[in-house]
Amino acid sequence: MWTAVLLAGVGCYLLKLTGLSLPERALAHPAVERVADLIPVALLAALVAVQVGSSGSALTLDARALGLGFAAVALLLRMPFLVVVVGASVVAALARLV
Amino acid sequence: MTEAALTPVERSAIVRDGLAVGVATGAYGVGFGAVSVSSGLSVAQTCALSLLMFTGASQFALAGVVAAGGAPLSGAATALLLGTRNTLYGLRMGPLLRWRGWRRAAAAHVLIDESTAMSVNRETTEAVRLGFLTTGVSVFVLWNLATAIGALAGEAVGDPRTYGLDAAVGAAFLALLWPRLKDRRNIVVAALAAAVALTMVPLSAPGVPVLAASGVALLVGVLAKRQDPTEIPGPDDVAGGHR
Repeated sequence: MWTAVLLAGVGCYLLKLTGLSLPERALAHPAVERVADLIPVALLAALVAVQVGSSGSALTLDARALGLGFAAVALLLRMPFLVVVVGASVVAALARLV
Repeated sequence: MTEAALTPVERSAIVRDGLAVGVATGAYGVGFGAVSVSSGLSVAQTCALSLLMFTGASQFALAGVVAAGGAPLSGAATALLLGTRNTLYGLRMGPLLRWRGWRRAAAAHVLIDESTAMSVNRETTEAVRLGFLTTGVSVFVLWNLATAIGALAGEAVGDPRTYGLDAAVGAAFLALLWPRLKDRRNIVVAALAAAVALTMVPLSAPGVPVLAASGVALLVGVLAKRQDPTEIPGPDDVAGGHR
């Protein structure tokens, strides 16, 4: 685990430094820019899906989905991040109690 | 870009905005600390992530993949892929900040969504630098303090499922994704990526489905024609406090 933490930490710093150091035209190809731009969208959506919809190698539907539903409503209402995250936990915890 | 000196009023307005963003976004380090510890990282590893990696979405990604049972190294790979957007921010900010040597090396560490958003539209080099530094440094300090608090609190809590902390991870990712869903192409990519990831879950080792979903970004990015208007965050994207 420490290897992963240190490797990813140093790697993320180097990604930032590379961007600051390169001349702007280096990544000017529009397709490269579009891909780099869409990667966060794809990865975050996949992380949401996997976090909420699976346990190990099985697809599941449980209290976490209710928590995510709360999060979506809270985000639509422009609630702050902590309300979204803590609220989703509370909803899931309550759903498990019932 | 003009080089007129900033008036004290302009200067304090920029500092005030930067600090406000620092407080708003730094605070969700508490969420990261708690989620990371409940994902199986130690308090020290959690704090090391905030100090060294310092880019929220990547940190959540590493913890998230590990929480789902993925190998730490596939968590690291996901974190690095998410970190590539900071390279793009750097390409924009480099010519605006115009720093070299150790200043550039130090500035790179606080090159994140918020510091870019709060400085990219400024009129002068001085204003760009001031907005970048006040935002970046205040987020860094508060994010790390909050991470430590969240990690210690999370460790004290015990089984995270009792408190629904496992649901908090998905909610955090949705909040990070939210500001990017204004564009129709991004919504399509997000839906496809989620579908690909879920399809891969029963077929592959944990951690792989998320990495496989980045293939959607590759495919759509290469095939699409139009430039995406939402690529660089503006002040509106951080004002609501979503990262």
